Amino acid sequence: MRRSTPIVIVAAAATLVASGCTSDKPTTTATQSQNPGASQASATQAPATGTGEQSKFFVQADYDAQLAMRTKTAQGPADKPWEQAIDPQMVGTSKYKKSGSIHLCFSNAAVNNPWRQVGWKNMQAEVGLHKEIAKFTALDAEGKDDKQISDIAELTGKGCDALIVSPNTTATLTPAVKAACEKVPVIVFDRGVETDCPVSFINPIGGYAFGADGAEFLVEQVPAGGKVLALRILPGVDVLETRWSAAKVTFDNSKLQVVGVEFTDGDAAKTKSIVSDYIQRHGKIDGVWMDAGATAVAAIEAFEDAGLPVPPIVGEDQQDFLQKWKQNNLTAVAPTYPTYQWRTPVIAALKILKGEEVPKAWKLPQPKITSENLGKYLQPNMPPLHYALCGCESLPGFPESWGGKK
Amino acid sequence: MKYAIFVVLALLLAAIAVANPFILEPAGFLAFVKRAAPLVILAAGQYFVIVSGEFDLSVGSLVTVEVVVAARLIDGNEAATWPVLALLIALGLLVGLVNGVVTALLRVPSFITTLGMMLILSGAVFLWTGGAPRGALSQSFRVFGRDTLWAVLITLAVGAAAVLLTRATYGRTLIATGDNERAAALSGVRVARARILAFVISGLAAAIAGIMLGGFAGVSAQVGQGLEFSAITAVVLGGVALGGGRGSVVAAMGGALTLEAMFTLLNLYGISGALEYTVQGVIIVAAVAAGAVQLPRLFITPRKGDAHAS
Repeated sequence: MRRSTPIVIVAAAATLVASGCTSDKPTTTATQSQNPGASQASATQAPATGTGEQSKFFVQADYDAQLAMRTKTAQGPADKPWEQAIDPQMVGTSKYKKSGSIHLCFSNAAVNNPWRQVGWKNMQAEVGLHKEIAKFTALDAEGKDDKQISDIAELTGKGCDALIVSPNTTATLTPAVKAACEKVPVIVFDRGVETDCPVSFINPIGGYAFGADGAEFLVEQVPAGGKVLALRILPGVDVLETRWSAAKVTFDNSKLQVVGVEFTDGDAAKTKSIVSDYIQRHGKIDGVWMDAGATAVAAIEAFEDAGLPVPPIVGEDQQDFLQKWKQNNLTAVAPTYPTYQWRTPVIAALKILKGEEVPKAWKLPQPKITSENLGKYLQPNMPPLHYALCGCESLPGFPESWGGKK
Repeated sequence: MKYAIFVVLALLLAAIAVANPFILEPAGFLAFVKRAAPLVILAAGQYFVIVSGEFDLSVGSLVTVEVVVAARLIDGNEAATWPVLALLIALGLLVGLVNGVVTALLRVPSFITTLGMMLILSGAVFLWTGGAPRGALSQSFRVFGRDTLWAVLITLAVGAAAVLLTRATYGRTLIATGDNERAAALSGVRVARARILAFVISGLAAAIAGIMLGGFAGVSAQVGQGLEFSAITAVVLGGVALGGGRGSVVAAMGGALTLEAMFTLLNLYGISGALEYTVQGVIIVAAVAAGAVQLPRLFITPRKGDAHAS
């Protein structure tokens, strides 16, 4: 039901409020399904399995690296995945060594969605754990590149001992981060920047692994020739493009038939309508792939309301989906982009200021939730949009600060 | 001519049926009505405001507020359903009353009043939820928007009430107000009161639409985004004149069904996405332009205030 009409001037004002909705609108939607038989194909030559053209964002080397990382064992304490690192290449930081109390600074891209909300809580709680952090200054860019550029400039002039940056966009923020690197040690996490000047860049394995985890599950669970519907939030966002492009490679190499690739804008009502339309049009949908789990429950309900069994489905680690999964005993998988990565930059900053080595590219493990470990992640006392992989259970203030009940 | 929109609707439904014959079956058609229900109800509410010569841009964010508040207060507790429903209706009426009083008595243009209300409500929701709504709706709350029978019955009831209201004296005084405010005032219509009531009706419609949408698809902090434009597009599509004074509520609701049919058709033929926004934009601009070129009408029905100008 969410439909903005950018034609009318007022929409401009509306988008100011709905900060963060600055991404491009979809221009094309692939729905053809010509050739379910194409089974053997390389990643670069896309056959006609209904998945459309490969994304401009697809980089074969990154794809290969991420898929390989999934099976590697991360170094570090197993019960604290936010301190673990995959294949770390350590760098010395003795030149940043400092004694006494610390002023830590953070330039945040936004807190405009549940994922960033949970992450932001994690970071604040992590800061609270360390007595040596005397002052923590955080600025919220509200999803605007220009604000984040001035935020970073402001923070570098405030006497910060270390600066954490979660960039709003990659290319635009690069010069700002470069300038900051000259003054303070910088730690970047989540989305990256196009410079290696930060002391450490922290993120989980990434979008290709996320997309492939879901698609491979469907290839295993859905019989050959089965009809798969792929739901994406919107095009043109790198972290989402990589998820879809990896899934596309998996589907292109399978016997599954992708009957539609649709954009939902992350809107539950629109998702439900799209899935209902596909059910009516094809009689039956045998699997649903999603690039993010926020609307997975709406997709499930479309099947329930049509009186059909829910086919194998890909979600994410949000509690509403996990609960539905458990209740209805679904065939499902939840790849994750863990919010515990918000704890790591604080830990990295403290290591750097102590002169300890840190990984240059700090790759965190990126587990997936399966029916075997579902019970471990399902937390009925937490709000429906809480992300299970917050790594926040042992932090002070849990669960109340995250909106949960004791 | 007044109900030409239903011809368009029939054509669109026929086009949908070519790709998806299921829509011609009772179950398929009712499922379509269920999906369109919130927009139909919003369009009915928006009709009263538009025909009185005003706009209500706050309905989208009001829908979001209703859903987010409902989830937080109900928090999965079935027993809380009915008290919260009553509260939501009261909230809708209150927002409508504020819009109406500020517009009609303080003489702030409704475009500004309701734009301000839209920003206030969206800001308040964001502040309260921090972008992530909490709580959950109960099953007995969700049934109104999720169960096809309930959704269709509520839509019919709202439609019937809207028709009765337009046929009553109130409906005629409202059209008179929108057509020519001064003439209406001089002939004894309490213009301010009529307009305030129109905004209250729109607020009520938004509350009901919020309850239905929350039921249909669950909790989301973006549920109402853009709905104000969909509602205005639907009303304009139904032949109601922007600026007021002309149009029927049945056609406005028909406009909502037509708009929803158009979205369904676009989706069925795999051209959803950007085109939805484009379609709405073209409809609004085209409808206003079509209204402006009906030159002879200007001589028959004077514009607002002309009666007193000489």
